[in-house]
Amino acid sequence: MASDSAIQTLLGLHRFGFGPRGDMPSVESADPRGLFLADLEKPPLLNDPALLGSAEAARAVETAKESRPLRRQRVPAVDRSAMPGPMQAENSSEPERTPEVAKRQRAPAPVKRMELFTLESQARFDKALSVDVGLTERLVWFWSNHFCVSAAKGLVRPYCGPLEREAIRPNVLGRFKDMLLAVESHPAMLIYLDNARSIGPNSPAGRNRSRGLNENLAREILELHTLGVRTVYTQADVTNFAKVITGWGMMPARQDSELGGEFYFNDRMHEPGPQTVLAKTYPDKGVEQGKDVLSDLARHPATARHIASKLAMHFVSDHPPEALVESLAKRFLETDGDLKEVTKTMLAAQESWDAPRTKIKRPSEWIIGCLRAGGVQSADLKTMGLSLTALGEPLWRPSSPKGFSDDSATWIDGIAQRVDIASRLSRGLPVEPPMAFDRVLGPLASEDTRRAIARAADRSQAMALLMMAPEFQRR
Amino acid sequence: MTIDLHATSRRQLLFASGVMFAWAHMPKLARAEGRDPRLLVIVLRGALDGLAAVPPVGDPDWVRLRGDSALRLDGPTPALSLDNTFALNPAMPNLHRLYKSGEATILHAVSTPYRERSHFDGQDVLESGLPKPGAVDSGWLNRALSSLVPGDSVRRSQSGLAVGPVAPLVVRGSAPIMSWTPRRPANNEDTVMRLLELYRHTDPALAKVLEERLGLAAIAGAGPAVVSMDNKERDIGAAARVRAFFAQSAGSAAKFLARADGPRVGALSFDGWDTHANEGAMNGRLALLLGALDGAIATVKTESGEAWKETVVAIITEFGRTARVNGTEGTDHGTGTIAVLAGGALKGGRVISDWPGLADQMLYEQRDLKPTQDLRAALKGLLKDHLRVPDAALEASIFPGSKDVRPLEGLVG
Repeated sequence: MASDSAIQTLLGLHRFGFGPRGDMPSVESADPRGLFLADLEKPPLLNDPALLGSAEAARAVETAKESRPLRRQRVPAVDRSAMPGPMQAENSSEPERTPEVAKRQRAPAPVKRMELFTLESQARFDKALSVDVGLTERLVWFWSNHFCVSAAKGLVRPYCGPLEREAIRPNVLGRFKDMLLAVESHPAMLIYLDNARSIGPNSPAGRNRSRGLNENLAREILELHTLGVRTVYTQADVTNFAKVITGWGMMPARQDSELGGEFYFNDRMHEPGPQTVLAKTYPDKGVEQGKDVLSDLARHPATARHIASKLAMHFVSDHPPEALVESLAKRFLETDGDLKEVTKTMLAAQESWDAPRTKIKRPSEWIIGCLRAGGVQSADLKTMGLSLTALGEPLWRPSSPKGFSDDSATWIDGIAQRVDIASRLSRGLPVEPPMAFDRVLGPLASEDTRRAIARAADRSQAMALLMMAPEFQRR
Repeated sequence: MTIDLHATSRRQLLFASGVMFAWAHMPKLARAEGRDPRLLVIVLRGALDGLAAVPPVGDPDWVRLRGDSALRLDGPTPALSLDNTFALNPAMPNLHRLYKSGEATILHAVSTPYRERSHFDGQDVLESGLPKPGAVDSGWLNRALSSLVPGDSVRRSQSGLAVGPVAPLVVRGSAPIMSWTPRRPANNEDTVMRLLELYRHTDPALAKVLEERLGLAAIAGAGPAVVSMDNKERDIGAAARVRAFFAQSAGSAAKFLARADGPRVGALSFDGWDTHANEGAMNGRLALLLGALDGAIATVKTESGEAWKETVVAIITEFGRTARVNGTEGTDHGTGTIAVLAGGALKGGRVISDWPGLADQMLYEQRDLKPTQDLRAALKGLLKDHLRVPDAALEASIFPGSKDVRPLEGLVG
């Protein structure tokens, strides 16, 4: 008989991680909670020297598009204090810039958008395959979906990976405020939700031209990123907040060989004057006005509640216990949005462990789980791409800024498609099915499941049945 | 809300008699006497700009509001005239033809009861049929299916159909739904059989999904409409891909609905209508999307064959967009918009609208086309007159809280 702690460990690996690896000895722990708490001490950064920063990527794409050399011209005065650097978490451990890196940043070799996307996807999938416990990596995926952008908008494509590495990863165990500031000032988001082209009607640029305000980003920050829909804001708050963040954009990549592709606050596009958002008036301090609003949004009780409920839904249950959501929201407010503390509270709560294992894994999490179970070290991008598209969750390509849905009802219809995919993924895996079964499902599996897998016609079918077992589909 | 559930579905009968995949091979049921109506709902996600799709060319304020991006009858890309007030976006010649032959109806200045501007809440209200957004797990089309008595041709065909990897909320609920995504054939029947056996013992919800899907696969394999286009597809450009995707989704839905023993109601959704920047109503993105939608409507007609004359396609969206163009040649979230009905069962050739006008003081909250008719009136009218859903169910379970919204009569016939 399996010990209680072995069962809890397995349950935790499926619920809070990407599932156990079938080719590695079972993770042993007398203290399952401690195992996951320890995972929170590992910084979830992804330092792959092959990956470019967002601005480098933008310039590299630009050089690939045009053979003409980069030149400096018509560069508006740059407010360096407005760069995203200071907006990052203070403790974000930026890798040291080696001379080589610094050189490449000045003159990036030409790269096509698609190549960058390929490198980024590979790094992301392989990271999820290599982690042992996987909780922090799941947090990265959670937040990346919360603050999603879409590669369907071509200009966003080279930034999808960098957004996650630069704005999400350094902050998933830091403060929500820092992540919020880093994301909303990231070129990926500013382009995706059209803010880079939004112009204050009374700004110098607005007065000279027929172009003007676009409220897309402001609305989605309030509705999706912070307070949550139907909470405390009005249409006037949306419009005023949109004015506050006019001027938040990026330096065009081709315009500046050093700063092209970086966040850039363009004072000439910024709506002058004070603005009132949620009954508080913010004096016009240029880019600081927007930072002030974001800081207040980040610590609003509605935001705490929104984030708490999304986290509990993602990890625990489509209908999480109210007590759990309450305690997460409370911790969020007590700690000024310290996401590590909020995660610890989730792990400490008995409800997080006791909830029945009924939630269907999201397609991407399920596929990574399949590959881990099958002992795969590196993902085949073509298979990943086809499979995720077939299941309705193409990487970094949600159909709306709300991101991919998180409830079982959305994904259960894809079960039939998953059979086809499992049949393909299960061929030629470097694991012995009985051993993989013990490590991946073991005591979680029903007798029916155990028997079905044991009686499979061949190894490949045994692995396909394992991947399709109810206890593997649900967490 | 009470929902009328008829427990004995054909799927259960099949299991009881031990026949696993016979759904598609059942002897064709004799077509019921009289009508055998079909309803396909297409949800346009992202909020369609109704003013750009069906421009009010006869409104004196139209060109003033939209400027150069206002479609006109005499513009560089002339709109297709519908009546004295309205015209159709020129990307939709098929819909125009159907309109002229009485097989299409347009509702203008229409909206759901939702008055905020969140896509996601707006879609909840649009699809759930409830007056307010919130935690909803079933759609009005599914509940309509539940309300039909067994023996009625719509109910007898027992299931709703959903096309695409994720079933739209409008068709989700307790009435059985078959969902279909075109797929490449995989040689894994034995694995599927073993899984079905396992699921039947351990996880009935998974068993249900898998089994229903298998029944559909057999039908789709029967003809050329659902063909894999993967290799050639890559070469024909993004625009053509969108067109092909729309046509394939709608075409396979039509094909299922056209079958004598197929489902009678279905739903699918198309994304991409959230045109905040560079909307392109004449030559750009929106024109492309409308063109693809137009092609999808034409494909439904072709694939329906004889069933077209008993078909209604209802094309609906969560809300409209701002009446004025925003600062980036696009439009932001608004309120009033259009709905399009197409199908041989319609008494069409009309734009139904209590036109509020576009003068500044007539705009909703000084920014949006003011909604003057409730979309639920048309949907209730269709369910009542086309599918013969009982009045009591329309108000009690399908569109709760809609007592004051009278079904719009005379849409079909």
